Amino acid sequence: MNDEILDFDEVLESYEPALGLEVHVELNTASKMFCGCSTAFGDEPNSNTCPVCLGLPGALPVVNRKAVESAIRIGLALNCQIAPWGRFARKNYFYPDMTKNFQTSQYDEPIAHDGWVEIDVEGETFRVEIERAHMEEDAGKLTHAGSSGRIHGAEYSLIDYNRAGTPLIEIVSRPVLGAGAKAPAVARAYVAHLREMMRALDVSDVRMEQGSLRCDANLSLAPIGSTTLGTRTETKNVNSLRSVERAVTFEMRRQAAVLAGGGSVVQETRHFDEATGTTRSGRPKSDADDYRYFAEPDLVPVAPSAQWVEELRATLPEPPAERRRRLASEWGFDEIAMTTLVNLGALGLVEDTVAAGASPQAARKWWGTELARRSNEAGIGVDELTITPAQVAEVQRMVDEGKLTDKLARQVFDGVLAGEGDPAEVVASRGLEVVSDDGALAAAVDDVIAANPDVADKIRDGKHQAAGALIGQVMKAMRGSADAARVRELIMERLA
Amino acid sequence: MSDAHLLTRPAHELGALLTSGEVGAAELTQLHLDQIEALNPTLNAFLHVDADGAMETARSIDAARASGAELGPLAGVPIAVKDNFCTLGQPTTCGSRMLEDWVPPYDATVVTRLRAAGLVILGKTNMDEFAMGSSTETSAFGPTRNPWDTDRIPGGSGGGSSAAVAAFMAPLAVGSDTGGSIRQPGSVTGTVGVKPTYGGVSRYGVVAMASSLDQPGPVTRTTLDAALLHEVMGGHDPHDSTSIAQPLPALSEAARRGDVAGMRVGVVKEFGGEGFEADVEARFHEAVELLRGAGAEVVEVSCPNFLYALSAYYLIMPSELSSNLARFDAMRYGLRVGDDGTRGVEEVMSMTRGEGFGREAKRRLIIGTYALSSGYQDQYYGSAQKVRTLVARDFEAAFAQCDVLVSPTTPTVAFRIGERMSDPMSMYKADLCTIPSNLAGNASASFPVGLSSDGLPVGIQVIAPPMADDRLYRVGGFLEATLEKQWDGPILDRMVPLAGTKVVAR
Repeated sequence: MNDEILDFDEVLESYEPALGLEVHVELNTASKMFCGCSTAFGDEPNSNTCPVCLGLPGALPVVNRKAVESAIRIGLALNCQIAPWGRFARKNYFYPDMTKNFQTSQYDEPIAHDGWVEIDVEGETFRVEIERAHMEEDAGKLTHAGSSGRIHGAEYSLIDYNRAGTPLIEIVSRPVLGAGAKAPAVARAYVAHLREMMRALDVSDVRMEQGSLRCDANLSLAPIGSTTLGTRTETKNVNSLRSVERAVTFEMRRQAAVLAGGGSVVQETRHFDEATGTTRSGRPKSDADDYRYFAEPDLVPVAPSAQWVEELRATLPEPPAERRRRLASEWGFDEIAMTTLVNLGALGLVEDTVAAGASPQAARKWWGTELARRSNEAGIGVDELTITPAQVAEVQRMVDEGKLTDKLARQVFDGVLAGEGDPAEVVASRGLEVVSDDGALAAAVDDVIAANPDVADKIRDGKHQAAGALIGQVMKAMRGSADAARVRELIMERLA
Repeated sequence: MSDAHLLTRPAHELGALLTSGEVGAAELTQLHLDQIEALNPTLNAFLHVDADGAMETARSIDAARASGAELGPLAGVPIAVKDNFCTLGQPTTCGSRMLEDWVPPYDATVVTRLRAAGLVILGKTNMDEFAMGSSTETSAFGPTRNPWDTDRIPGGSGGGSSAAVAAFMAPLAVGSDTGGSIRQPGSVTGTVGVKPTYGGVSRYGVVAMASSLDQPGPVTRTTLDAALLHEVMGGHDPHDSTSIAQPLPALSEAARRGDVAGMRVGVVKEFGGEGFEADVEARFHEAVELLRGAGAEVVEVSCPNFLYALSAYYLIMPSELSSNLARFDAMRYGLRVGDDGTRGVEEVMSMTRGEGFGREAKRRLIIGTYALSSGYQDQYYGSAQKVRTLVARDFEAAFAQCDVLVSPTTPTVAFRIGERMSDPMSMYKADLCTIPSNLAGNASASFPVGLSSDGLPVGIQVIAPPMADDRLYRVGGFLEATLEKQWDGPILDRMVPLAGTKVVAR
């Protein structure tokens, strides 16, 4: 079934979007939330399990202190209050990916609450209020065999409990109002901002494609001027920054069409489809979903001392806004350049590339143009490209040393992204290094001069600008692997 | 030491005989296995007997002793384990079809500690299904019978452990107490049952009924045995977050001392009168008089909120239980019903739970699910938690005046099998006096204080503040020494021997 959608501009003529984002951050602790099992991604299914994370009868959870530490640091970075005392809660529902048929989470006593972040979108600053950030455990991973790819209609389903019990922090925003046409961009920028923050805190891998950063986008529309919020949908499976933006855009257009047609929006979970950029109906969700929450009796309350919280506050990285201002001034970039990098999710990458020895301009050039283009083509985040800041800096070093031209550098990126190894290995295996062997180059120059006596005469007569034609031919003969400046030198020596 | 049959000796005496080499662990274990073989068809106290494993352990203890190893005071003494403690290599059914063939891949912390102390695990004892009951009649594998009168219940949920100990099938057993499941069986079988302070003994590996109430503890024939076993079982366990990170008080020392002079003893006013059998009250008051006679200061205390404890318990316990038992869904282990390739996951879960749980389990699952439901939670679970707080305050006020509180353990002597199965409320009332301690998390125990005119045992409950478990043993040690003098021997000597028993009358 194809949903009717309205043009984006039409949506904005009549409706005001309200955006709410729930972001799940998988912590990078070595062990799980309530047991000692490894959290490694991609291991043999069900190999990282024990009586606790398998929920075997009699097994009991013990809170991972490192996860609490990360939760507090995240809470502080989000300008939240840290609860001096709080209990875990059981969220009860039956599903085969949950070993106990309840999720150990936090309910009315989250570890962090009432915070905010500020994000810049196209020169405008938006403040996103944070309702809460709470700790919980992840579920196992279900793989459904059969055409539907969903549990209903599957021939059979396989369960991998390696992920069961992985610590998660769920960050819940309050409704973001007044973003209007920028709502999709605000959603994207917010998630990008959180990702940047988690990376700076070093609390998560934040790899959206592996699910270590997951976003559920809540969206509702209300007629312009209305004082109440409309009925919302919650879109899941939004696995990249680009998808966040697309999913919000689509939901705005779809809901507007429903409302404009006199219908009402169904409160439900929807799934985002990367291929089509649309959302489809999932299960109905109502506020009356009854999870029978109650305080987890197997765990003692988490009661971080004020002293511990302050010690953790002292470990926080620079606040994002200050960091942006500092980097802009250090690098001499204007605000538009900075906003572009932040929204691209490349600020940290550029910073790391500069730290690895590249100039800010060069780092920005590669990440902001060449590599951004490639990530866009691949439909992934720029940070998800399989190239590191150190590798980008190495390529730039070779350019600076005259061993590579910009054109050759792009081919080196091709190789690195194709998994052919480090830049040096790609240069060697693809034979990309600028030819500095004057013998081969000189022979090429001589050939070109011999083949173009008229041009050679002009140069001898002092028309030095004519050299360009010869340089071009030499470069072509060398398949680009020559240093143009050296070619010019050789031509001028011969035709002086 | 007495010349009584080895099977009837207290565990601490057996420990001494083993230490001195007068008896070997293998010999002692074989004696107990023979007694189990003779009586279990009548009593159904054991669901699983690990004869080979027990003999192997016993021989290794004998070998270790022969090689001069320093062993603990109970090394080589056999023990029975309630079937809700996870045991590597032995089934752990919790008395339920749901786990009929389940063999855990790990040991409960208590079991690990028993093994480390050299105790010889004989097997697993019968219990009410997932510990839900006061008679062992809700076990999916048939009721256990009381060795004092096989037409009567041995108490519950831990009737298998108490019957095994009372019938000399094991000198020691471990149980778990959520609302009285150690103490009430102790009372109706003439044995000692201790519910330690909540957090005093690790719950890790004990299949949960109600997490905030469950507490493992010892089931024995003497006070000193209970103290020694408690010392083996107890102490901090990093695998149980609710475990108390403090050393246990000196328990066996308190049991040996058995001195109550100067102790302030509070008689709980609310536990007596209507619903309490006259013989039960008579034996209880006689025991209180013994305490007074030995120099204890006896006062009456009122704990008015105890009257609401039973109601609160029957909301909190099912609520937690409904969540704890959700994991039995046929996905990973245990029973699976209806998986014929045509049914979806929800249907298989539903059929399995429909067939795997018995009536009482279903009753409590439904009550608990309802009590936690949104819209009802404040009224039921929420109100019950408030009552819980009030019960704890009653205890605090009482312990401001008293060192221990006392009451009958249960209002009646052992009732007849079948008598209360169709009347849940009358069954629940068996735990009337024991429940407040679970709600407050303090320490309590039941000690035998005599027989009714029908010749059935009566117990006294002693309650002490959290982490003052030693006071239980002081009172128990005193009563036992005094009463055994009166009776010229242990209470179990007065039991009519069961047909086939290996214990030859003196």
